[in-house]
Amino acid sequence: MSDTHANTVAYVRETMLPQVAPPASSTGPVGWARENLFSGWFNTVVTVISLAIIAWILIGIVPWILSPTWGATSLSECREILTAAGSVGEHGTSGACWGVIRERWVQLLFGFYPSDLYWRPILSFVLMGVALAPVLFADRVPSQLIWFSAAFPFIFPWLLWGGTIWGPLAVAAGFVIGYYVFRILGAATSNLIGLVVGVLAAVIWWLFLSGYVVDALASVLPLGIEEVPSRNFGGFMLSITIGVVAIACSLPLGIVLALGRQSDLMIVKYICIGFIEFIRGVPLITLLFVASTLLNIFMPPGTNFDIILRVLIMVTLFAAAYMAEVVRGGLAALPKGQYEGADSLGLDYWQAQRLVIMPQALKISIPGIVSTFIGVFKDTTLVSIIGLLDPLGLSNAIRADSNWNGIVWELYGFIAVVFFIFCFSMSRYSMYLERKLRTGHK
Amino acid sequence: MSELATDREIDRSKMQVSDEVAIEISNMNKWYGTFHVLRDIDLTVYRGERIVIAGPSGSGKSTLIRCINRLEEHQKGRIVVDGTELSSDLKNIDKIRSEVGMCFQHFNLFPHLTILENCTLAPIWVRKVPRKEAEATAMHFLEKVKIPDQAHKYPGMLSGGQQQRVAIARSLCMKPRIMLFDEPTSALDPEMIKEVLDTMIELAEEGMTMLCVTHEMGFARQVANRVIFMDQGQIVEQNEPEEFFNNPKSPRTQLFLSQILGH
Repeated sequence: MSDTHANTVAYVRETMLPQVAPPASSTGPVGWARENLFSGWFNTVVTVISLAIIAWILIGIVPWILSPTWGATSLSECREILTAAGSVGEHGTSGACWGVIRERWVQLLFGFYPSDLYWRPILSFVLMGVALAPVLFADRVPSQLIWFSAAFPFIFPWLLWGGTIWGPLAVAAGFVIGYYVFRILGAATSNLIGLVVGVLAAVIWWLFLSGYVVDALASVLPLGIEEVPSRNFGGFMLSITIGVVAIACSLPLGIVLALGRQSDLMIVKYICIGFIEFIRGVPLITLLFVASTLLNIFMPPGTNFDIILRVLIMVTLFAAAYMAEVVRGGLAALPKGQYEGADSLGLDYWQAQRLVIMPQALKISIPGIVSTFIGVFKDTTLVSIIGLLDPLGLSNAIRADSNWNGIVWELYGFIAVVFFIFCFSMSRYSMYLERKLRTGHK
Repeated sequence: MSELATDREIDRSKMQVSDEVAIEISNMNKWYGTFHVLRDIDLTVYRGERIVIAGPSGSGKSTLIRCINRLEEHQKGRIVVDGTELSSDLKNIDKIRSEVGMCFQHFNLFPHLTILENCTLAPIWVRKVPRKEAEATAMHFLEKVKIPDQAHKYPGMLSGGQQQRVAIARSLCMKPRIMLFDEPTSALDPEMIKEVLDTMIELAEEGMTMLCVTHEMGFARQVANRVIFMDQGQIVEQNEPEEFFNNPKSPRTQLFLSQILGH
């Protein structure tokens, strides 16, 4: 058959066609709209209905948001302003009462923190940004900044709670003591013995010795700033403190738990499984009640164990259990060949984990990790139930004020917007990180 | 008859087998659960030998070479590599692994690191070589496998053949005395098989002790000094390549060769 067509099939091109712009109807806004919004009768109908619904919602909400009540000092004044402006609906005045936000936004940020000391939380959160920079944007800031990040966990609580400077230094000294015990014993005997004794030495220092040393040093050299008790903490300052500490501590703890769960060491494995399953099986609110009430029963009488510290520990443990499972998912997604590749080159267990396995497992789990982070941050609002004045707790307190009795949407709306800004930033950061770490085909 | 691995004449001047023992496996047994994968393996590898291990799938050939660097644990018998016996002592295992290079069917490069970082990772962390020196060594071996210009790309951007050559270079950067190849060409397209085999032949010409699990009978014929045939977890036959291919003794070997070379 091919023989008979040979003459007509033969073809040689003599001039090459120049590149031509695509037809106007397929590019630009018109082309975009045609392709995405009106690509068929069904899509056109859906588009029109959607636009109508959006318009209807905006018509309802925008005038409410734009109500001119920023100057009001009480709910009744708001109503007067709105009546004067003529925005009266069938259920009374309609319009937001923004005066409450203008009057109380500082309180929503700082709780009952002494107002002459506001510079301390502000400074500590600015420094937090500096400390986070080398962690979040390692390729864009000088790497020496990481030393500041290492020091920040000691500066941060000192700035917020105040007190003698020897306190945070003593806590830091515990890490140094533990590290040197580990180094010296680890070299002399085995790493495991060094690790166990090092941790023990640090714990003994923190629990039994550091108190006396701090007292002694403070009486000799009373360097410090004014103390602020935990009951004065509140607002977004409290939420962010709990959220950031829980996030920062739960990731490493979660990694250790995930590795422990996959360990060949029977006891380690079952301790990790037991911990993870127990914590995941219990609601966070239960753990918070344990932190606020039960924990004191188990403590020796007279010990004063700060309520925020107790909450921090509980939220961290809670987040760590979830984190462990997210990281385990990442570990499970790695092909066995990666372990074998690392093993065959002679890397030991920790080197293989740190250099080969974890960078990939964590990269795979970024969406899950960030989801957990966002969940933890939002869960910090639960502390209002045990009496801590986070933004939600404060909103109840504000409503108890006779001036603002009856205000609901404005406060919750404001709190929601601030939470949204934080959570959305985290979500955008995770997408940025995923793009940055993509190394496959380009 | 099987295709040849290379058309050129192989330089045999450095392919010397000494009487120094590199690997000694005696009476080694391994089970997966209750399944007896390797049965009474006895094998002595001398320095400079190029051994090809052939056999049907499931015959235990991969498991055998994976036991040599303890990716699989044997339950009975002895394996001595370079004078160090494989036991549960982790220090011994890491020492042997850093002396024995290995290439895998699926390359097992680290996708989050560049080619150069793949090659310098183990020298820097295991051998404690300074970074500059490790990079120089890595570039040397990347030139040897003919892909120095890809050094700053990621493995995902390379073809399969290039990835396998990087994997070989990565192993060589540890200056191993023994190289294990676990079906290095089985996942590759025909034209890429040749470039990987070329690299392996060059390695053999330099006198490297090699154990290859492969179905490339041309490579076995041209490069190996010994071919081992395994079936059902046992060494069924071993011989010099000429004898092995032209005059197989065991009926199982004859059947295998007729199937693999018949078409």
